[in-house]
Amino acid sequence: MKAALLWATVGAALLTSPVLPGVGQAQAQAQAQAQAQAQPRAQAPAKTTADGIAEYRKMLEDGNPADLFEAKGEGLWKQKCGPRNASLENCNLGKGPGVVKGAFVELPRWFEDTQRVQDLESRLVTCMETLQGFNATEIAKTEFGRGEQVNVTALATYIAAESRGLRFNLPQAHPAERKSYEIGKRVFFFRGGPMDFSCAACHSEAGKRIRLQDLPELTKNPGDGVGFAAWPAYRVSNGQMWGMQLRLNDCFRQQRFPFPGFGSDVTIALGSYMGVNAKGAQSIAPAIKR
Amino acid sequence: MGDPMRIRAQVSANTTTVRVLMSHEMETGQRRDPAGKVIPAWFIQEVSAAHNGKPVLTASWGPSVAKNPFMRFNLKGAKAGDKVSVTWTDNKGDKRTDEAVVA
Amino acid sequence: MNIKPAFGNTVVGVGVAAILAACATGPSPAELDREAIAVIRAAFRDQNIAKIDRIQQDLGQAACSSGTPPSEALAEQVMAQAKATVKWPTSGQYFGDWREGERIAQSGRGMTWTDSSTATSANGGSCYNCHQLSKAEVSFGTIGPSLYNYGKNRGVADILAPTAQGIVEYTWMKLYNGKSYNACSNMPRFGHAGLLDEKQMAHLMALLLDPKSPVNQ
Repeated sequence: MKAALLWATVGAALLTSPVLPGVGQAQAQAQAQAQAQAQPRAQAPAKTTADGIAEYRKMLEDGNPADLFEAKGEGLWKQKCGPRNASLENCNLGKGPGVVKGAFVELPRWFEDTQRVQDLESRLVTCMETLQGFNATEIAKTEFGRGEQVNVTALATYIAAESRGLRFNLPQAHPAERKSYEIGKRVFFFRGGPMDFSCAACHSEAGKRIRLQDLPELTKNPGDGVGFAAWPAYRVSNGQMWGMQLRLNDCFRQQRFPFPGFGSDVTIALGSYMGVNAKGAQSIAPAIKR
Repeated sequence: MGDPMRIRAQVSANTTTVRVLMSHEMETGQRRDPAGKVIPAWFIQEVSAAHNGKPVLTASWGPSVAKNPFMRFNLKGAKAGDKVSVTWTDNKGDKRTDEAVVA
Repeated sequence: MNIKPAFGNTVVGVGVAAILAACATGPSPAELDREAIAVIRAAFRDQNIAKIDRIQQDLGQAACSSGTPPSEALAEQVMAQAKATVKWPTSGQYFGDWREGERIAQSGRGMTWTDSSTATSANGGSCYNCHQLSKAEVSFGTIGPSLYNYGKNRGVADILAPTAQGIVEYTWMKLYNGKSYNACSNMPRFGHAGLLDEKQMAHLMALLLDPKSPVNQ
């Protein structure tokens, strides 16, 4: 049902797009002529492909399956789990034990107890270890979508949802936080792999796209709900919920890099760089993506 | 049994808009695993909804419906506090019912 | 440290603040550069065909890893080094079949850790990821310039004519090692990095330059 509606909408958008030659143009021209005869005034331009895709995306937002993961994550936050049979309700995500609202838009940040700058997912794993007795190293080694990683993703979705609409405001007061930003910037521009790609190769210019996928400019604030402000997100194309760790992991895969460790300093530093650049941008996480 | 559905029912003027998000793999039965074996079909075949126990909607679905399906429908004659329940049944015979209160 | 100036603790405060400020300026850019390399080395591991040696940078990669372009001297060095890597087709054949070229241009496959082999036969050119090529394909990226009418715009009516030799060699070098002409080119170095073999590159040459190719219609 939904799938059929999706394709009909996309199909309609493509047919009326001036980008496609032939049919679309003939229709648009016929329409324009008819309208010109009725009203000798300038008419609205035919819907572009970009408009059509934007409309399709708006429709998707109504039933974002991220909701299911958010609900699961909320349950997990409150549920007693692990060898210590404890909940995560005392987990400190940077704003004090158990403070969830607003925590997402201030991560990554410095944590005194671990003496590290941490992002959301690595911090959740820390709490799963210290409060619930899980093994953080084991969780970090677990594949995305398997074992406890499934729960980490659901928890991250829930925590992000509790900051929906709030604006990014990562702290930079601690020298380690400032250093994380600087390291992140260098990682962002680091070229490597057989194709010489860096994050910057795709994400350092405004208005670019890869195939038909728009690429946010991440060296500056790309705006509300774009880039860093849109993850965790549900990906319709593969029916998966992706946190920022998986998003970065797959970026590195497509950059033809070797495998970045889960919660490694490279990934956290990139989070610092993008998050600080996104200061003031509104979070729409958990979002929905193609 | 599957994970719980998310159901929201909102009254506005004369209509109640009901939004349902279901957690289901919706496997078409056309895909193959990395070893080349067909992944068995597993999808919701029937959906029904009831308002205060009275059936108001039935739907027959097939493998063309995407994973984690979202359904939205309008309901007449409901008011805040009423109960809306949704049930799905899949091709394996698995069934799930969830309920929400109209807001 | 226990001075009591007439106007309160301001002097001591300033002194302490000055010391703190000196500590708080943090590591130098060069130290941060070194630390970033260390962080990168520590974070990555082998995964299938994607080995850790991929983050060992060569001159061209290292020169283009910041927000600012390399110095003119360094850029010249990178370009000269790149030009020297270019191998002309051993068969002397610069052109293959543009139909194959279109297939290669459409494919974004290869070299990731989910690919099974590093053999060139497993790789695509990923051209449409960044470029427009044939008019019929609307799903094209804009990271690189449009290549629509590439040959036509350069007046190539006969790819085997001596007059076309200049553009033929330029295009081959661009495909083989894009850094030959632009030190910090975003073009993967298809020949030099072993991504595509000369037959595959010849197919792409045909796609770009053959007057019969859809790119030049």
